Amino acid sequence: MRIYFDHNATTPVDPEVADAMFAICRDAFGNPSSVHHHGQRAKAALDGARAAVADLIGAEASEVVFTSGGTEADNLALRGAAAAAAETGRRRIVTAAFEHEAVLNTVKALGRAGYATTVLPLDASGVLSPERLHDAMTADTAVVSVMHVNNEVGTIQPIAELAAIAHERGAVFHTDAVQSAGKIRVDVRALGVDLASFSAHKLYGPKGVGALWIRRGVRLAAVLTGGRQERNRRPGTENVPGIVGFGVAARLAASRLEKESSRLAALRDRLEEGVLARVARSEVNGARASRVANTANISFAHVEAESLLIALDLEGIAVSTGSACSSGTLEPSHVLKAMGLPSDRAQASIRFSLGMANTEQDVDRLLEVLPGVVERLRNLAPASR
Amino acid sequence: MRIVAAMSGGVDSSVAAALLAEAGHEVIGLSMQLYDQREGRASFGSCCTLDDLHDARRVAAAIGIPHYILNLERQFEERVVDNFVREYLRGRTPLPCARCNSELKFDALMERARRLGADGVATGHYARVERTEEGRCVLRRGLDAAKDQSYFLFSLTQDQLARAVFPLGSLSKPQVRALARERNLPVAEKRDSREICFVSNDDYAGFIARRVPDSRRAGLIVDAEGRVVGRHEGVHHFTIGQRKGLHLSAGIPLYVTAINADSNTVVVGPREHLARRNLAASGVNWISGSAPPSPLRVAVQIRSRHVAAPAVLHAQGNDRATVEFGAPQSAITPGQAAVFYVDDEVIGGGWID
Repeated sequence: MRIYFDHNATTPVDPEVADAMFAICRDAFGNPSSVHHHGQRAKAALDGARAAVADLIGAEASEVVFTSGGTEADNLALRGAAAAAAETGRRRIVTAAFEHEAVLNTVKALGRAGYATTVLPLDASGVLSPERLHDAMTADTAVVSVMHVNNEVGTIQPIAELAAIAHERGAVFHTDAVQSAGKIRVDVRALGVDLASFSAHKLYGPKGVGALWIRRGVRLAAVLTGGRQERNRRPGTENVPGIVGFGVAARLAASRLEKESSRLAALRDRLEEGVLARVARSEVNGARASRVANTANISFAHVEAESLLIALDLEGIAVSTGSACSSGTLEPSHVLKAMGLPSDRAQASIRFSLGMANTEQDVDRLLEVLPGVVERLRNLAPASR
Repeated sequence: MRIVAAMSGGVDSSVAAALLAEAGHEVIGLSMQLYDQREGRASFGSCCTLDDLHDARRVAAAIGIPHYILNLERQFEERVVDNFVREYLRGRTPLPCARCNSELKFDALMERARRLGADGVATGHYARVERTEEGRCVLRRGLDAAKDQSYFLFSLTQDQLARAVFPLGSLSKPQVRALARERNLPVAEKRDSREICFVSNDDYAGFIARRVPDSRRAGLIVDAEGRVVGRHEGVHHFTIGQRKGLHLSAGIPLYVTAINADSNTVVVGPREHLARRNLAASGVNWISGSAPPSPLRVAVQIRSRHVAAPAVLHAQGNDRATVEFGAPQSAITPGQAAVFYVDDEVIGGGWID
C-alpha cells in the first residue's frame, strides 16, 4: 500500500474531474471560437468552467483568464502588470524571498530587463510582516507580489494588509494563490488584491491548466501574441478539456472546503504531535498558528532529508523536501533559508502535505515507520560529510 | 539482499541492474548528478547529463526498480574535478575515472547506500571481486580483456570491495549488448561513453582555461639539450608522448618527453626518448591492505590502454613503490596510475610521479 503525503506538489485527479474531461474530449471537440454547433458546445463548457472557478474565488467569470498553469499565470501577472505600469514611469517590482520560483525567477528576469527589484526577507515565522513591506515601498513601485500561502511551510500571509499597503503607494498587488485555493476560503475581493494566480492540479484538477484573476479595471499587457482568446489577455485555442476539469475541481473544492479542512487539520495535528512525541530533536518549521490545515514541515536534526525521503519512499510513503520544482538539488530550500533557518536544519527538513485520500491509518503507519528510519539514519550519519 | 545499483544511463550499468533484479535481489537504482544541470554549464561534457539521468530513470522503470537521482555535485567538484585541474596545472595527466570510483561511487554513493539499508553497491564495471576463505576480497580483471576496467579500480579498499558488486565481470561487451537487447532496455543501442566524461570534445585545455582564467602562462619548449625550439601557452596543454599541437618544424617527429611545471618548460625529443625502464608511484593502495613482500615479479599497467608489462616491484613503506620493467616502456606519464597485477589479480597500484 502506498501512502501519499505530497499534496502540495500535486494532487490526484478526482474521478469526477476525470470523467468530465473524458466526456469533453469525446463529445465536445469543437474550437470555442468557432461559430457552429461544435464551437458553441465547447464555448458553453468553457463558460461553465469559468463560472465555477470564479465562484470558488469570489470573482466574476469575466475576470478569469485561463492559462497553462500557475507559472504562466504568475508570468502574465508580473510581466503584464510591469509592462503596463512602465508607461507611467513605475519600474520597481517588490516580492518576498520565500515565493515560488515561478515568481522569483520572473522577477529576476524583469530585473535583467531593466526593472528595479526588491526581495523582502522573512523571519522564522514564515509570515511576511506588513511593516517590512511598508518600509520597502517606494513611489516608483509598479507591482508587489506576495504569495497567499507558502507551498513549503503552509503559512498564510496577511494579504489584505499587504495589499492595502501597496495600494496606498499606488502599486498593483498580485498574489500567487496556487497553494491557498481549495485549502482555505479565497475571496479575491476581501483580500483586496488586483491579480491572483491559480492552478488546477493543486486542487484535484488536471495538470497544464491554471488561471489568472484580473480585477476589472486593472491594466495588464498580454505577454503572448496571437489571437483574441481570453479577452485579448491570453491568445491560443483554449485547453477545453483541462479547463472543464478545472471547473469541476473548483466546484468540488468549494463544496468540500469546510469539512475537508477541519478533517485535515485534525489529521495534520495527529501527524505533527505524533512525530514530535516519537522522534527526538524534531521541530516544526514556520508559525504553527497561521497555517493551512494540510501542511507540516518538520526538521529532524542530523538527518539528511534526501536520504529520509528515499528511505520513506522505499517504505511506500511519499513525502518531499521543499518544493517539487527544485528536487534533484541539494541546495537547502530557499524558503527555509529565507526564513533564516541554518542550512543544516534546512537540509534536514521534510514536508508532509496531506489531502483527500489520507486517513488516520496513513498517519499512524507513518508514525510507526518514521522513528526507526530516522534513528537508522542518525546512527549512520557520518560526522564529516 | 538489498543492493544499490549505480546507474549512469549507459548500457553497462543498466544491464548490471537488470541482472541483479532478475536474480531476485531488491535493487534500488541510484544515479549521481555530478554538476549543475540547471544552469546548463558549458564547461562540462557528456557525463551523467540530464539525458543520461533520464535514460537511467527509463531503464529503472523498464526493469521495475525504484530509482533516485542524488546530487553529488559538491563531492564531484571537490574530489574529482579540482584534482583534475590541479594535476594538469602541475604538468601531470590525471586519471579522474579512478578517483570517481574510489571517491564517489564507492564512497559517497556507498555511504548513501548504507543509509538505505543496502548491503552492496553494484556498477557496470568489467572487473571481478572474489572473496577468499579468510574473508578477504580479491580484485581481478574482467574476463573480457578488451573491456577490462580493473585498472580504474586499483584504489578501492577492502571495505569498499567487500560491498562492491560487479555483475558484468565475466561477460563480454557483445554479450552485455545482447542482454540489453533481449530485455528491450531503452539504452540497448546507446553508444559507449569515451574519454573523460565531464570534458566536452576532449578539450582539456579549454576546460581548464574556463575554470582557471589565469592558467595561460607562456613558456618555452626545449629539446633534450635545453635548446629552445618553440613556445607554449601553459603546461596543461601537454601530456607525455603528445605529438600533435606542438607547432614545431623539425626534420623528425617530436614528442613531449617531459613537462616541468616549476620552470614552465615542455621538453621534446624523438620517439626513442619516451622509453623508460623505471617508475616511482606514490599514494599506493594495496588491495590486501598491506604491502606485499618485495621485490616481487608482477605485470604493471601504466595507462588504460597499455598491455601490462613484466616488471619487478619494490614496495617502499606502505604507500610508495618503485617499478623496474623488463623492457623499456614508452611514455610513462606522471599523474596516471601504475597498477600492479599478478596474473589477473590486481594487487595494488599508485599514482605515477
